Amino acid sequence: MPDANGTAFRPPEADAQGRFGAFGGRFVPETLMAPLEELTRAYKDARRDPAFRSELDGLLKTYAGRPTPLTYAKRLSESQGGARIFLKREDLLHTGAHKINNALGQALLTKRMGKTRVIAETGAGQHGVAAATACALLGLECVVYMGAVDVERQALNVYRMKLLGATVVPVMGGTRTLKDAINEAMRDWVATTATTHYILGSVLGPHPFPTMVRDFHSVIGREALAQSRKALGKLPDLLVACVGGGSNAIGLFREFLPFRDVEMVGVEAGGRSLAPGEHAARFGPGSVGVLHGTRTLILQDADGQVLPTHSVSAGLDYPAVGPEHARLAELGRTRYVSVSDEAALAAFHRLAETEGIIPALETAHAVAWAMEEARRRPKSATLLVNLSGRGDKDVVSVARREGVEL
Amino acid sequence: MSPVNRIGRAFAKARTSGRAALIVFVEAGDPDPGTTRRLLPALAEAGADVIELGIPFSDPLADGPVIQRASERALAAGTTLPAALSVLAGLRAARFTTPVVIFSYVNPILAMGEAEFAHRAAEAGADGVLVTDLPPEEGRHLASVLKSAKLDPVYLVAPTSPDARIRRAGSLSRGFLYVVSRAGITGARAALPEGLAALVSRVRKQVPRLPVAVGFGLSTPEQVREVAAFADGVVVGSAIVAAMEAAGAAGRDPVEAAAALVRALAAATLKV
Repeated sequence: MPDANGTAFRPPEADAQGRFGAFGGRFVPETLMAPLEELTRAYKDARRDPAFRSELDGLLKTYAGRPTPLTYAKRLSESQGGARIFLKREDLLHTGAHKINNALGQALLTKRMGKTRVIAETGAGQHGVAAATACALLGLECVVYMGAVDVERQALNVYRMKLLGATVVPVMGGTRTLKDAINEAMRDWVATTATTHYILGSVLGPHPFPTMVRDFHSVIGREALAQSRKALGKLPDLLVACVGGGSNAIGLFREFLPFRDVEMVGVEAGGRSLAPGEHAARFGPGSVGVLHGTRTLILQDADGQVLPTHSVSAGLDYPAVGPEHARLAELGRTRYVSVSDEAALAAFHRLAETEGIIPALETAHAVAWAMEEARRRPKSATLLVNLSGRGDKDVVSVARREGVEL
Repeated sequence: MSPVNRIGRAFAKARTSGRAALIVFVEAGDPDPGTTRRLLPALAEAGADVIELGIPFSDPLADGPVIQRASERALAAGTTLPAALSVLAGLRAARFTTPVVIFSYVNPILAMGEAEFAHRAAEAGADGVLVTDLPPEEGRHLASVLKSAKLDPVYLVAPTSPDARIRRAGSLSRGFLYVVSRAGITGARAALPEGLAALVSRVRKQVPRLPVAVGFGLSTPEQVREVAAFADGVVVGSAIVAAMEAAGAAGRDPVEAAAALVRALAAATLKV
């Protein structure tokens, strides 16, 4: 491995209980334990099966649009006057975000397990759309749980899911955002595991989800690594990705982890401020706890009640982070920063104006931090940003926020 | 009487009088701590043999809408784990002797610290602890600190649990083993699930040393009568919480409403 001190970093692997060091595991009602064990076996079996892999690769290529290009953001980079910024264009995938990688993988697995119904949760709606799309393609029934607040702010994606034949269930409990949608999906699943697979949309939840979702997204990093070598003749100095649960980030990071010279930064939602309830920055203000079946960093009060979160982007508006990210941070291999609503919105406009790319508001957080960082680094340095999704879904809410009547 | 025996004695007493033990679930602090203080003695008086005291949690993913709402009401009134334990401690100081099982999600316990929790729960006068989202694989440490604090760890087994999992849950449990009647969340259902008696007999075969209680979905005296015929204990939760909610909304006393329902359920525990 081409790193300075000659030793490759060994990427963490979950143990038999799904633990990444002290993080991860399976904290679920007993009723779900046997189904999770069944899922773990089915996934392990599928992963080893060349027929499964080639069917998935075929769909990613001929249906989803892989490989996605690596784009040099020339005008954006030059406007910052520092490092060169490259974009891994997951926004160009079918349905408009990286989420389809995992949705197709898990939908194929659903069929392989002989199940006929799929449930999913969604925040920004991107995973819901991806799941609904994969289900339409493969002839599976699809029910998507979505917090009532998110239904409101992502109306376009709600209608897209309906067009794709899915049933969208607004969730009225709790804070009515992503975390409550996951609660409701779990409640459905505990009663329906015999016929239903839960396509969890991020590297969250009980084992095997964090590992399985990561594996389905690691194609992002595999492509980016080869593309970097070809375009730059070397690896990038720094990878940047937004982190809600952390699926697009881990998808980009994973393949680069052994190369210690490649720095990696995850960008969380800094919201309105770092006061409790005003953000979704788990590193720093968060502490170790259990939410949605996994032990990880969560935003909670002293009594272990999960705190409300805020972000302008529904997809980052979540109080826990994927356990593998918590482990990577603990090992010092990755680090995490946060970007405010305002900075993300500014980057949303900036990328549109300089590169002709409207990013998702989630992705705009990564772009915002990368713009700042590029200014601090020399022109010889290269930053690779995972452009995880496109911003069409956010156009209406940004316009409304800026007082523009559409 | 040492607290570790209180649950066992309640089951033994029920068995001697030819009935199943009635286990009643209520949410601590619903709608406020004062109500819980009056409620627990009233439930015991009405015939509850064991009380499960639910700890409010922001994300109750194993619960149906009735207990979700109770949890939201309790949290809004400020009841979290320490407050619930202090209500219990107050009742024990007033010579309230019915066995109480703390029924919680794992995160409030982790936030307090598992050893600290075991210590404080024992001091408050709890007899057992059941953690909804802590399967045996993740629960070894808690089970051991609970046992050192002389608290009974109670584990759940479900219709989806293979025999090996049932044996593992049985080996970690004390007091009783809780059989989840159906795959699903809490909340009243019109009918008993098929194969429930067979499930209970499968559990008994794997874990002969512990009383077996059945819960989830049971709400009416008829259902209690049916389950009492083959189980050592019957758990009713959402139906009682719903009765309290309805009474509160109608301006009646939720404690009286709960007690009235418990009296009817208790009368149905005789094994026929």
